[in-house]
Amino acid sequence: MTAVSLTVNGKPVSEDVEDRTLLVYFLRENLHLTGTHIGCDTSQCGACVVHVNGLPVKSCTMFAVQAEGADVTTIEGLAQNGKLHPVQEAFRENHGLQCGFCTPGMIMTAVDMIRRNGVMDRETIRQELEGNICRCTGYHNIVSSIEDAAKRMAAAEKGEAA
Amino acid sequence: MIPYAFEYRRANSLDDAKAILAHAPDAKLLAGGQTLIPTMKQRLANPPMLVDISGLKELSFIHASSDVIVIGAGTKHGMIARCSEVQRAIPALAHMAAHIGDPAVRTMGTLGGSLANNDPAADYPAAVLALNATIKTTKRRIAADDFFTGMFSTALEDGEIVTEVSFPVPECAGYEKFRNPASRYAMAGVFVAKTESSVRVAVTGAAPCAFRVAEMEAALKKTFSTDAMADIKLSPDDMNSDIHASAEYRAHLVVVMAKRAIEMAIGS
Repeated sequence: MTAVSLTVNGKPVSEDVEDRTLLVYFLRENLHLTGTHIGCDTSQCGACVVHVNGLPVKSCTMFAVQAEGADVTTIEGLAQNGKLHPVQEAFRENHGLQCGFCTPGMIMTAVDMIRRNGVMDRETIRQELEGNICRCTGYHNIVSSIEDAAKRMAAAEKGEAA
Repeated sequence: MIPYAFEYRRANSLDDAKAILAHAPDAKLLAGGQTLIPTMKQRLANPPMLVDISGLKELSFIHASSDVIVIGAGTKHGMIARCSEVQRAIPALAHMAAHIGDPAVRTMGTLGGSLANNDPAADYPAAVLALNATIKTTKRRIAADDFFTGMFSTALEDGEIVTEVSFPVPECAGYEKFRNPASRYAMAGVFVAKTESSVRVAVTGAAPCAFRVAEMEAALKKTFSTDAMADIKLSPDDMNSDIHASAEYRAHLVVVMAKRAIEMAIGS
């Protein structure tokens, strides 16, 4: 067992974990943050994507002990004061989910790609979704959701700047 | 899936990592973990101890000068892909790093980890060979041509840690790969680099280990254009053959990818 201290969705947490505990199991089973999903378990599907120090990571492919001192954001940490994150809002309005299983990972990946690229064309969005798999094959609306969210966030930023 | 139990040790410095390894010869280094952890989850690997070097700042850097780019072994693929100095000096290298795995894998995966693992379908071995890079370790400097010794095998000795890689800046370079539509791993990837005095062509994904293609290099030295590939036919004898592609198909793909890489080099 190793002691690990980190920040999850703004709250400090300290726990003793077995060294082999994957970050995703730590989040789901120790912290009961079950929004982060386990899909493939082979690092391919992206349902478990969270942000570690602001960057997207597959939490099934990182040990909890590696997150010592890190700042982790999960899907539960996106909404602020009861208000959905613009990417969550865009997924809701564009019907960006069917069964919803891949959605948490899709949204965490989308937030990162918008942060890096701003407004993107659909081809770029599809390339950026390389590591996220939707087995309902609902990509069309996922791409539309991300496209819409990026535009709205850019417009909001412009509004704030003006 | 949960790996076998192991002991986790976080190295606080390179010297610390060396000292831990000296007393634990069966320990494995944990760099980005993007190959090692999936392998451990499948229980195909069972190291008794992992020595985590992923947080070592002394291994994470990019130093660029006019004729060489030196990259720390712990530098993440995403950092290399987004580095404006790499994009300017060796755009093909930034392009290659930007197409490894997916964005989340690029957050964690490292240059040194990729080289030490030497997966037959990894991208970096082709870049290191074609750019005639030098791999610096805790013990010595190893030329790219001497580093890759076979499938998942390198010249690294027990306890030897890759610390940095020096990439000489070429006149131009290009990299293209044909991805398996499902796994997105390279079924054939070709890195072409032209310097004042030579042309080097290296292939990954097609055979058990990355390799150079002397006949392509000779043809490109005469004329650096896709026309130089017109008469090149590679033997399928040494190529991989699996459910994704036959050896004949891979031999064909290498020539097609070489042409695309040359086009990229000329266009850059």
